[in-house]
Amino acid sequence: MKIPGKMAKEVLRHSLKPPATLNYPYVKPEMPDNFRGKIVFDPVRCIGCRMCVKDCPALAIEIAAVGDKKFEARFYLDRCIYCAQCVDSCPKDALLNTKEYELAQIDRQNHRITFHAHADGVVVDPAP
Amino acid sequence: MSRVTIPLGPQHPALKEPANFSITVAGEKILSTSSRLGYNHRGMEKACEERTYIQDMYLLERICGICSHSHSTAFVQTVEEIAGLDVPRRALYIRTLIGELERIHSHLLWLGVAGHEIGFDTLLMYSWRDREVVMDLLALLCGNRVNYGINTIGGVRRDITAEQIAGALRDMDILEERTRYYIDIATSEPSFIARLAGVGYISREDAVRLQAVGPTGRGSNVAIDIRATDPYAAYGEVDFKVITDSHCDVYGRAVVRLLELMESYRIVRQVLKEMPDGPVTVKAPRKIPAGEAVSRVEAPRGEDVHYVKGNGSDKPERVRVRASTMANIQAVNKMMENNNLADVPIIIAAIDPCFSCTDRCVRVIGGKREDLGWRDLRRHGISWYRKHWGIDFGELNRKLHSLRGER
Repeated sequence: MKIPGKMAKEVLRHSLKPPATLNYPYVKPEMPDNFRGKIVFDPVRCIGCRMCVKDCPALAIEIAAVGDKKFEARFYLDRCIYCAQCVDSCPKDALLNTKEYELAQIDRQNHRITFHAHADGVVVDPAP
Repeated sequence: MSRVTIPLGPQHPALKEPANFSITVAGEKILSTSSRLGYNHRGMEKACEERTYIQDMYLLERICGICSHSHSTAFVQTVEEIAGLDVPRRALYIRTLIGELERIHSHLLWLGVAGHEIGFDTLLMYSWRDREVVMDLLALLCGNRVNYGINTIGGVRRDITAEQIAGALRDMDILEERTRYYIDIATSEPSFIARLAGVGYISREDAVRLQAVGPTGRGSNVAIDIRATDPYAAYGEVDFKVITDSHCDVYGRAVVRLLELMESYRIVRQVLKEMPDGPVTVKAPRKIPAGEAVSRVEAPRGEDVHYVKGNGSDKPERVRVRASTMANIQAVNKMMENNNLADVPIIIAAIDPCFSCTDRCVRVIGGKREDLGWRDLRRHGISWYRKHWGIDFGELNRKLHSLRGER
């Protein structure tokens, strides 16, 4: 008769090894380069073609004209599904992926981010 | 002995998703079972008609969290067929590669779930730890661990670099070594064999008659595999075996999945080695011409069928999806016969069910067949709930709108 417990050896061997899990949040995993995280917007590059708005599956982007050839973007990150189709659709690379993945918020309003075009660079509201 | 009918589900600890099984038992023995689906209908096919082809791709990818690449591949293949696009070979190879990596992660996940359902949680812990290797590899290649988003109409969205190929080959070595160990466990651990052998028996004839697909059919010696019988992507150019097993029970399905993992490593290695050079995408038109097409893809759970009808605009006229669980659910009722009630969780888990992928609305509302638009469906739903349950959605809707903001 065969004796059960064939995995016991493996289990005992691993009891001497460090855990396979990461000690999150003290140790954070490094994301790969093409990770699809939080999207950032560059108002200087935007030409207002609204291809990102048309292609977004989650209706999470609004682009508004705020002056002569000046645009600002409003993101609904609570709706965003992080597919990064907007990054692919943008002809001028005004939208970019970041590696940021810790996106949980207590207040839903904090997920609504507006990138204002400003004389001295980009002003993000609410500030990260 | 008197007969008792026991309802299992829609909410039950053994089921990861809602489905209902009415099980008639005499003592502990199951006499007959009837299953009922429809608790998780998400209206995806109708929603596709309201979205553009590009938006549909992401929506349909989210039909299933496990076989998401299979669904998006099936959809883009139909759209490419309607539009007459010639997809670059490199893109087809990358699709094949991601499809196989998806199969590896799905089969390792199933092995863990099966271990959990039979009380062998050690197997769950170790197989899921090893699954992390392929999940991280998918994140490296596609940008995310689930819902890879690699497909686009006319090719793939991301190219693969030489370093990524080297990394993938290294990961394949690790996974192959671990899979050999699991095959050894599955074929020699007496408690594993004793628990699964003879459970959920379905003969080859019944599996063919009830149209079981994927590992469920192959576990009953039905050599049906869309990758071999109707090759898509680059499967026509790679060499692999269709794994079948003649046990016809849950043990046979476990063996099929484990041996398929070894075939998947072989396919991945071939694809990485023979990856042709060239572009990964062709420019796709936004407006797809009128026409219709059907495409079949071998998802990890079995055959996945997509039908798309285009009308010349940028939105499809009709999208129809048949996920693999829909084909396998009939076989489950047959498998349950003459088993013990305690075997129900593992028999259901053995087809690797995905009930929310399966739920499609097919009921004809009203006496005659008619086309209902979004507005009519909405009106029908609101009046139905008001009439039958006294629920007024007007107030709830207003609350929802204020929660969502101005839109």
